[in-house]
Amino acid sequence: MKMLKKLTEYAQRKSPWILHYDCSSCNGCDIEILACLTPIYDVERFGAVNVGNPLHADVLLVTGSVNLRNAAVLKELYRQMPEPKAVLAVGACALSGGVFRDAYNVLGGVDKVIPVDVYVPGCPAKPESVLDGVILALEKFRRDADHGDKS
Amino acid sequence: MNNLLIALGALFLALLFGGLIQGLDRRLTARIQRRVGPPILQPYFDVLKLWAKEPLFTSSMTEVCAWGGLAGSAAALGLFFAGQDLLLVFFTQAVGAVLPAVGALASPSPYSQTGGQRELLQLAAYEPVLLVVLACVGQASGSFSANAPLHLSGPLLPSLPLTFAALLLVMGIKLRKSPFDTAASAHAHQELVRGLYTEYSGPSLALLEVAHWLDTLLLLGICALFWATSLWGMTLLIALVWLGEIVLDNASARLTWPWLLAVFWGPGLLLAAANLAWVVW
Repeated sequence: MKMLKKLTEYAQRKSPWILHYDCSSCNGCDIEILACLTPIYDVERFGAVNVGNPLHADVLLVTGSVNLRNAAVLKELYRQMPEPKAVLAVGACALSGGVFRDAYNVLGGVDKVIPVDVYVPGCPAKPESVLDGVILALEKFRRDADHGDKS
Repeated sequence: MNNLLIALGALFLALLFGGLIQGLDRRLTARIQRRVGPPILQPYFDVLKLWAKEPLFTSSMTEVCAWGGLAGSAAALGLFFAGQDLLLVFFTQAVGAVLPAVGALASPSPYSQTGGQRELLQLAAYEPVLLVVLACVGQASGSFSANAPLHLSGPLLPSLPLTFAALLLVMGIKLRKSPFDTAASAHAHQELVRGLYTEYSGPSLALLEVAHWLDTLLLLGICALFWATSLWGMTLLIALVWLGEIVLDNASARLTWPWLLAVFWGPGLLLAAANLAWVVW
């Protein structure tokens, strides 16, 4: 039983399916995230797949600042992801609102709306740091497994 | 009793090695695209992870259909390797193929609906062709028993070249490869990527993933019937067909569904039927 649990936990870390949501990014970070899929960075070597469906996703990757318009969409995407899941905030805007933080409709970073596990800084964030962030987020699954099912 | 044991043994081996074929496929696809690609064992990691995820359903039918789809695929593969009637294998796999579409249509999601409808179109396209292909194999080997081609004096391929071409078309759909991956595919080759699988998540997606491994093995098995008299011939034929499918998948875009129907109901059926007429007379 313990063996199976260990194996499952290993599989969870070897197979992160990523859902990418662009809150209101300038597309700088999004292009860097797409670069992760290209032959140079090839994120699939870590088993990661870019999925377009929250029901299939393990890691939610958010770029851009949260505003009054997209907060509900972000919450809904997070709600539709089955446990265990992790959230990655990528880029200055997703971290704190960035240069838009004082705008009248901007709420701030992603953590104003949903719990964030890993913050990836940068403007834009580099592909290397995005990859590093995804791998760091996977450590969360190990932690969850150690502390039993979180519900 | 003996047949049951053979079927269960074949299923066990299929589960053990089915994922490896998918893993090699993903690796090879990555290499064709000049990427490193995932580990060969990746499909097993994916299935284990999906199995451990929280089950989320929009309709209880989805879960039932995922189990049904796997049961149908497993039963068809078991019957095939136990040397049972090819027509029985055909109808069993058809049940396994229809159920995931039913599950997809049970959900109100428009993506799932479109995927389910396209899956039904695919079934309408390839099922008649596959039936005629199996009828050709039955006629040419003198029996519908799945192991009849093993006992012939020569391979079936020289007498069934057109049928084999029709089977290659069917392989494209069953392996979910471009240009025939209308309902769902593994890669973003089109506007609707996971279509049929949209509402299947976690454990139910894992079940359908395993069902896909078994379907792939069944189709490769049917392919092997065309050169069943020599182990080397069989292996070479399967390897060539499988490699060809992967290269074609990477080299082609997806066809729209009217094209799909036109290709299968036109050349697909004609090739298989012409060869059937040739064998019978």
